[in-house]
Amino acid sequence: MKLLIKNGRIIDPKEKLDLVADLLTSDGKIAEIKNSIKNPEAKVIDASGMIVVPGIIDVHTHLREPGHEEEETIATGTKAAAHGGMTTIFCMPNTHPPLDNAPAVEFVMLKAQKEGHVNVFPIGCATKESLGEELSEIGVLKNAGIVAVTDDGNPIMDAQVMRRALEYTKMFDIPVVSHCEDKNLSKSGVMNEGHTSMVLGLRGIPRQSEETIVSRDIMLSELTGGHLHIAHVSTAGSVELVRQAKKRKVNVTCETCPHYFSLTDEEVRDYDTNTKINPPLRSSDDVKAIIEGLKDGTIDCIATDHAPHTEEEKNKEYDLAPFGIIGLETMLPLIIMNLIKTKALGWKEAIEKVTSNPADIFRLRGRGTLKPGSEADVTVINPENEYVLESKRIFSKSRNSPFIGKRMTGSAEYTIVGGKIVWQSKEKTNHSK
Amino acid sequence: MALSRKDLLGLEQLDAKEIESVLNTAGPFKSLFTRSIKKTPTLRGKTVVNLFYEPSTRTRTSFEIAAKRLSADVVSIAASTSSVVKGESLIDTGKTMEAMKADIIIIRHSLAGAPSVLARNLNSSIINAGDGFHEHPTQGLLDLFTIREKKKRIKGLKVLLVGDILHSRVAKSNIWGLTKLGAEIRVAGPPTLIPKNIPDLGVKVFYDLDEAIKDVDVVNILRIQLERQQENLFPSVHEYIELYQMNRERLSKAKSDVLIMHPGPMNRGIEITSDVADSANAVINEQVTNGIAVRMAVLYLLSGSTGKKAR
Repeated sequence: MKLLIKNGRIIDPKEKLDLVADLLTSDGKIAEIKNSIKNPEAKVIDASGMIVVPGIIDVHTHLREPGHEEEETIATGTKAAAHGGMTTIFCMPNTHPPLDNAPAVEFVMLKAQKEGHVNVFPIGCATKESLGEELSEIGVLKNAGIVAVTDDGNPIMDAQVMRRALEYTKMFDIPVVSHCEDKNLSKSGVMNEGHTSMVLGLRGIPRQSEETIVSRDIMLSELTGGHLHIAHVSTAGSVELVRQAKKRKVNVTCETCPHYFSLTDEEVRDYDTNTKINPPLRSSDDVKAIIEGLKDGTIDCIATDHAPHTEEEKNKEYDLAPFGIIGLETMLPLIIMNLIKTKALGWKEAIEKVTSNPADIFRLRGRGTLKPGSEADVTVINPENEYVLESKRIFSKSRNSPFIGKRMTGSAEYTIVGGKIVWQSKEKTNHSK
Repeated sequence: MALSRKDLLGLEQLDAKEIESVLNTAGPFKSLFTRSIKKTPTLRGKTVVNLFYEPSTRTRTSFEIAAKRLSADVVSIAASTSSVVKGESLIDTGKTMEAMKADIIIIRHSLAGAPSVLARNLNSSIINAGDGFHEHPTQGLLDLFTIREKKKRIKGLKVLLVGDILHSRVAKSNIWGLTKLGAEIRVAGPPTLIPKNIPDLGVKVFYDLDEAIKDVDVVNILRIQLERQQENLFPSVHEYIELYQMNRERLSKAKSDVLIMHPGPMNRGIEITSDVADSANAVINEQVTNGIAVRMAVLYLLSGSTGKKAR
C-alpha cells in the first residue's frame, strides 16, 4: 500500500527539510520526498496549504487502562491521539494494577496492537507499585518494551531511591522521568500559591515544591550520570535550574505541557475543576519563562500529560476533584496559536519539540523524522482551521478540558501511522487515475 | 429594589453601591426587633433551605430566624444527619432541594467554592454562609453594619483584624467590604497565618500587635483554631497568648472608643480575655442581633431576583 501526499509544505527538523514537495510512503515506510512524484498505485492526499511533519510523538499520557476504563481506554485514548495528530504516545504506568511487571506491560502493548489507532509505548514503574521504595525489575520491563521508567503522579521522595534509579537505568540507556514535587511542601494544596489562591481561599502549592525536587534530581543526575527527564515543567525557577544544568552538561532533558504556556492560575476563578492540574497552572511570569525555555532549547519537548477524569469525578468541590486535564486533542492547536502564531517559535523549532527531540531522548529508532526508510508516521496539519472546541467533538472518553468552548486554530487534517490513515478530518482523498 | 444577581457568593463581587443597599435595607428590618410582633409578610410563600455541612450555632440560627421573620418557609438540614452521610454529592443534594422548589439555598461548607458549585448547577439563589477559607459575606456585611451603626461612618476608619488571616473567611469578607467602603485595614498576626499576597488587597500587615493597635477605631478579633498548632503555624497556645491575645493592657493603646468585635465562637482566655469581651467597648452580642437584620436584607434583596437562570 502506497500513500502519496502531494504539494504539502514538508518540515522535518531532523533532516533540516522545509520545502513544498510530495511525499510517498510505501509498505509502511517513507519512500521518498521530491517534487512531482507520480505513482499510479498510490492513494493521493492533496496537502496544498497543509504542513506535513513527522508523526507527532506525545511522551506523556495517561491511558487509564487497565483499571480505570470509565475514564479512558487504550482504544479511546489512541483514537483521541489520532484526532490530535499524534502517531505515537507513551503511556504512564500509574494504572491499576500499575505497570511494574512484564505481564502488565505486555497487556498494554497487546491491547494497543489489537485496538489502538496509534503506536503506544509504555513507560514502566521506576519502583515497585510506584511506592518509591524498591526499584522495579527495570531490566525485565525494558525487555518487555518500556521506553523509560517513572513513578509519575508522585515523586520519588526518597533521594536515595532516586539516586539508585538514575544509577541502575544507565545500563539500559533509558531515562528516568521525574515528577518533581516535594509532597511535604505541596501538602494539601490544590492550586498555585499566590494572589488567586488567597482570594479563592484555596490551599496553595508553591513553585518551590517543584523546584526543590528539580534541583535535587539534577544534583543526583550529576552524581550518577543517569539520564534525568523532568516531566511537566511549570515554573520559571525550574526552567532556570535546567538551563544552568545543561550548561554544566548534566544528563538532563525536560518537557512542558501546552497548558503551562497557554494559561495562568487566574483561570481557577469560579472554581472550575477543569483547571485543577498537578503541577498547577502558574503565573504569567512563569508562562513567559516557559516560552523562553522553549525558545532557547532549555525545554526539549512538549507533551500533553493527558489525564482523563469523568464528569462525576470532576464536577464537584475544587478540593475533592482529582488533578488532571485531557490534552491529546488540544496540543496541536495550542502550539500553533500560542507559540507559532505569536512568533515565539518557528514551525521547525515547534515541530522538533514533538517529533525529533522526543525520538532522540527516548531512543525511538526510525521515528520522529521523514527520512526515507523510517516508519511512515506522518501528520498533515491544517494550520488555519478555525473552530470552537466542542465537547461533542472530543474523542477521548473524558471531557475534562479547560479549553472547551474556546476558539482554536489549527488541527490535524490527516494522521498517518505506518502508512495507514488513522484520522482524516474530511473526505478529501481520491485515487489517482 | 433588588440585587441584580442570582447568588451571594462573596463580597468580592459586590460593588460599594450594592453593599450600601444591603446595609440600608437592614436598618428598617432591625427596627422590627423591638416590636412585639417581629414578622413581616415579605417572603410569604417562598421556601428557604439552610444546608449546613459544618457545625454552626449562630449563623444557622440567624439565617433561620431571619427567614422566619420574613414569613418564608424554612427548612434546616445538617449534613451529618442527611443523605450526605450516604455519599450523596453536593450537586445531587442541591438538585434535590431545587426539586422541592427551594427559592433560596443557604450553604455552609468546609471547602472553598462549594457555593459556587451549587450556583453553577442550580437555578435556586445561593447564599454563601461561609465556605472554607474563602468568604463569609453575610458576616462581613453584619460587621460593616455594626461598625456603621456605632461609628456613623466607615470611610476613613482604621480597622484592625487580629489572628489567623490565612484561614479566615471572615477576614476576607471584611477586607473586601471595608476597603470598598473606604476604611483603612490592618492585619496583625504571625507571618505563618498571614497570606503573603494580602497587601494586594490594600491591607497593611503587622506582626507586632502592640504596634498595629495604635489609633485604631475598630478591632475585629478572629477565632484561633487550635488545630493550626499541629500544622506548625504557631508553636503553642501559650506563645500565641503572649503575642496576640487581646487583653486590657493592649487595648489601652487603641482609641478609647475603640469597638471590639469577634465573629464568635470565642475562645475566652486565648485570643481574647473575658474582661475585654465583656467590656463596654465590646459589641459582640450586637453583632449577633445585627446578623439577623442583615440576613433579612440579603434574603429580601435576593428573593426579588430568584428565577434568574444559573450560568
